[in-house]
Amino acid sequence: MTLARASGVILAKELRTEFRSRELLGTTVVFVLIVIVLFSFTFNPTSSESRRFGPGLLWLAFLFAGSLMLQSSFLREQTNDTLAALRLAPIDPFSILAGKMAANFLFLLLVEVILLPVFAVLYNVAILPVLGQLLLVLALGTIGLAATGTVFSAVAAQARLRELLLPLLLLPVLAPVLIASTEATIGVLRDPPELSMVWLTFLACFDVVFLTAAWMVGEYLLEE
Amino acid sequence: MRWSGVAQNNCYAIWSRAEPSRVSTPLASSPKGGPGGGLQIQFSEVEKRYGMRLALRGVSLAIAAGECVALVGHNGSGKTTLLKIAAQLTRPSRGRIAFDLGENPISLEEVKSRVGMVGHHTLLYEELTAEENLIFFAKLFGLENPAEKARQALQPVGLAGRATDLVRTFSRGMRQRLSIARALLASPGLLLLDEAGTGLDPEGQHWLGATIQRLRDSGCTILMSTHGRNETQGAVTRAIRLAGGKITHDSGATGNPREILVMAAVRESGEEGAS
Repeated sequence: MTLARASGVILAKELRTEFRSRELLGTTVVFVLIVIVLFSFTFNPTSSESRRFGPGLLWLAFLFAGSLMLQSSFLREQTNDTLAALRLAPIDPFSILAGKMAANFLFLLLVEVILLPVFAVLYNVAILPVLGQLLLVLALGTIGLAATGTVFSAVAAQARLRELLLPLLLLPVLAPVLIASTEATIGVLRDPPELSMVWLTFLACFDVVFLTAAWMVGEYLLEE
Repeated sequence: MRWSGVAQNNCYAIWSRAEPSRVSTPLASSPKGGPGGGLQIQFSEVEKRYGMRLALRGVSLAIAAGECVALVGHNGSGKTTLLKIAAQLTRPSRGRIAFDLGENPISLEEVKSRVGMVGHHTLLYEELTAEENLIFFAKLFGLENPAEKARQALQPVGLAGRATDLVRTFSRGMRQRLSIARALLASPGLLLLDEAGTGLDPEGQHWLGATIQRLRDSGCTILMSTHGRNETQGAVTRAIRLAGGKITHDSGATGNPREILVMAAVRESGEEGAS
């Protein structure tokens, strides 16, 4: 079975189980909405301040969403040792990671798309004129977040202090993604908007490097 | 793709695509039943270490195609570890394991597509229905017409009427039956059973015993860990006792496995009585 097909089968399973239970998406959306509303009340920013500080707060909220959502990506496979069932299948081990990365990417993107209008209203930022550029930045940043988070979720799931370990591993590694995504978003929300190719290239390179690394070591990550 | 990068001490010939392995002496008869026939396995000086603890200590064992081997021994004797190594779920710390089909060495992908396993856990998704679980695994195994295969697999385990029910609504015995259906989905040439009778009622145990017998007769190689005396032991052609990660008794391919099985059952009942 090809890598793409096996990943697709695993992605379909992830989507089916999540949309059936809605545990993860529901909880995460509520959590990040609370975070973004609290930030808004705490800082009470003006429109110009929002354009400067808003992107940082927005990506911080996405990071919280990621660390909450990605935690259970591999924990769920431990309930009935279903990870072993996946590893018994005659598929490339990376397809397990790739399927989960794709699912996490879609879940995070959905949370971000729900959050964006709320952010725009609360922080008085016009996002509609720059929606395309903003979605491009979101997509590249979210690929990095989902790829890194999925890999570290696989590592942390086998550790004893797994709930603590994932944020400890994830946050330092995600610092470059967070900085690049925030800077790129600041550029997009600036008046006039300016899409920084430097930060976009940086994000794309991070995604490619991390996905390649995950493909090379994926097999070992999933071993007991 | 990446199995060649293992430590030099370790030798997993069949797990290295660069160097396909072969069992030095071809084992027993050519396989007959199933789409691919039974697999032959050879463990050579296999050692497994978890931290400071040695779970297996230099186990060497050759299992011919079509053999039905029962592994007995106390908890922690190494039975599950041996099964996990055979399923390629964990690597040996030292030693090697090789698989052959007839007289031909086969690739890792081929081995995986011919292995079915029932583990300690059910290996099933609670949020999926019985049918969805089987369709999912049928797709991962690249089976043609997965929905039809799933329906066919549910029939003999008596779950056809509960096909669209979520697994989380199933009893322990029903989950175990579904787990067995999952393991048999791809008509395996090597069936690994880790206390597969757990949770089954007497009727289910009887069915499992008959299924093992039928699979053995069709040429499938079966390696199972078992406790006490139960219906699944009727088809056993060879019994091996493990203690402290070593093989202490082996009835051999032509010997009588009953003595070892009875000895294990007596020891267990004695321990249960003492406790």
